[in-house]
Amino acid sequence: MRTAFIKELIEEAKKNKNIFLIVADLGFSVVEPFIELFPDRFLNVGIAEQNMAGIASGLATEGYNVYIYSIGNFPTLRCMEQIRYDICYHNVNVKIIAVGGGYAYASLGASHHATEEIGMLRTIPNLTVCAPGDPEEMRAITKFTSAHNGPCYIRIGKAGEPEVHKKYDKSIAEVKSGDILNVINGTDIAVFSTGSMLDYSANFISNNSLKASLYSFPFIKPLNKNQFTDILKKYKRIITIEEHQLNGGFGSTILELINDLKETKTISSYPEIKRVGINNAFYSIAGTQDYLRKLAGIELQLNYFEL
Amino acid sequence: MQTSKDFAREIRNVTLKMVYNAKASHIGGAFSMADILSVLYHNVLKIDPTEPDNENRDRFLLSKGHACTSLYATLGLKGFFELKELDSYAANGSKFLAHTSHYIPGVEISAGSLGHALPIACGLAIAAQKKHKTWKTYCLLSDGELNEGSNWESILLAPQLKLNNLILIIDYNKIQSFGFVKDVIDIEPLSKKFEAFNWETYEINGHDHEELLATFKLCDNDGPKPKVIICNTIKGKGVSFMENKLLWHYKSPSEEEYNQAIGELNL
Ligand SMILES: [Mg+2]
Repeated sequence: MRTAFIKELIEEAKKNKNIFLIVADLGFSVVEPFIELFPDRFLNVGIAEQNMAGIASGLATEGYNVYIYSIGNFPTLRCMEQIRYDICYHNVNVKIIAVGGGYAYASLGASHHATEEIGMLRTIPNLTVCAPGDPEEMRAITKFTSAHNGPCYIRIGKAGEPEVHKKYDKSIAEVKSGDILNVINGTDIAVFSTGSMLDYSANFISNNSLKASLYSFPFIKPLNKNQFTDILKKYKRIITIEEHQLNGGFGSTILELINDLKETKTISSYPEIKRVGINNAFYSIAGTQDYLRKLAGIELQLNYFEL
Repeated sequence: MQTSKDFAREIRNVTLKMVYNAKASHIGGAFSMADILSVLYHNVLKIDPTEPDNENRDRFLLSKGHACTSLYATLGLKGFFELKELDSYAANGSKFLAHTSHYIPGVEISAGSLGHALPIACGLAIAAQKKHKTWKTYCLLSDGELNEGSNWESILLAPQLKLNNLILIIDYNKIQSFGFVKDVIDIEPLSKKFEAFNWETYEINGHDHEELLATFKLCDNDGPKPKVIICNTIKGKGVSFMENKLLWHYKSPSEEEYNQAIGELNL
């Protein structure tokens, strides 16, 4: 997804002279092609994320569409106040890119587990929060953010994720703000996946020949309410899955939205909801991303699919 | 003709009235930077109150947003908005918040949390550099605010990027929220710190208008370094009983104090 991001950003930067990329001394073997093509629209500010976010705000005020890039919690939690105040309160055109969402850097330890940022970021007004699920979604989201005038956060997995939509003969050329993407069509039960849980979820449904649907949520905020309502009406049970703490994350977003739709009588009843994510814990054990996901309980169970 | 000193007196008068009417805080820090603002807005900044967003204007960013009253007074007196609008300062429904707000004409950024303006100022200076623009970015920080690490991230980076169009001003009034700067975290030797960080460094009396103006002129050069002007100032400058007193970071003047202050300002 990392590669898909930089390739698409380069394509956009060829057309849009205002695209500017800042890194905080990370992006080795990723961002070099961008630097080569657009040396005047690239900056490495060193290992200083608060400064990076503030500088981005300043550059955006002067007309640039600024992408700031780092890994894990560094471009988010480390400079959360700059994101809230310098970027979102001033409502400037800054795109925050974090590579290594969830447990992508599993064995590097808790410092590198990006498992809380969505919950924090989605409370901030003006900010669009994105977590693309495969390289194709990544390209579409990059294209979306290059045209969108306002702050966005994009959580990227790592490198080498498989194309999921293609596997199911779907193609995603473009996304609009809040789009929800159908991947597998089934009945009664639907899995709502965000970010890099997409491939796992698709495989689980396919390998177990389940009759469930699968939707990918490249946007966590905002969501297209009409589309969401139409989807909701089709199912008896929803399973949300995310590589993030359950508290305040993607599943919480879904619960809140459903509650509000019920309260405003847009829906009269709603399906059962099972949330899969991290249950309020840190993990201090080495292992692969899959190993940590399993340890943290981020996995689907066959019984979730029995009505 | 009005001099910058006359202008400074007006700024302090308007500021005092705002703080008194609103029973607000932070008059000490508003007064310590009043002469700096006066010289900047009277003699230095290329700005046009009728076109606050003119793209060729100099940018002035106030980082110590809590001292907004003297900036609002300056802008009101300059005609960025009707001076009487300041009567609503900090009142219910007023856009004049008790920290700077970028919704006010002439105010570049909202500030309140310390250590935010200098990184943004660097972003502006980089933009001007990239676009070969001649406007300059001025950024005014407090002394206590130098405790914030984010400032030092910018102080490290600006010389690396040769941001010679960036002029940092420190309102060194020697007092921060909980006491004297030297007792909280002594920032001395401050000039030497900036010199060691490769800044073109000036240290002056921040109440001496001639020295302020001369130094701003010296900063208008093509040398590669960013500029810093450390302004030695007195918190509460202009009103004897406010000068050098931590209390006036918080206190609002009583009627008696207000009258005495008005008298002293207009001797
Ligand atoms: Mg001070």
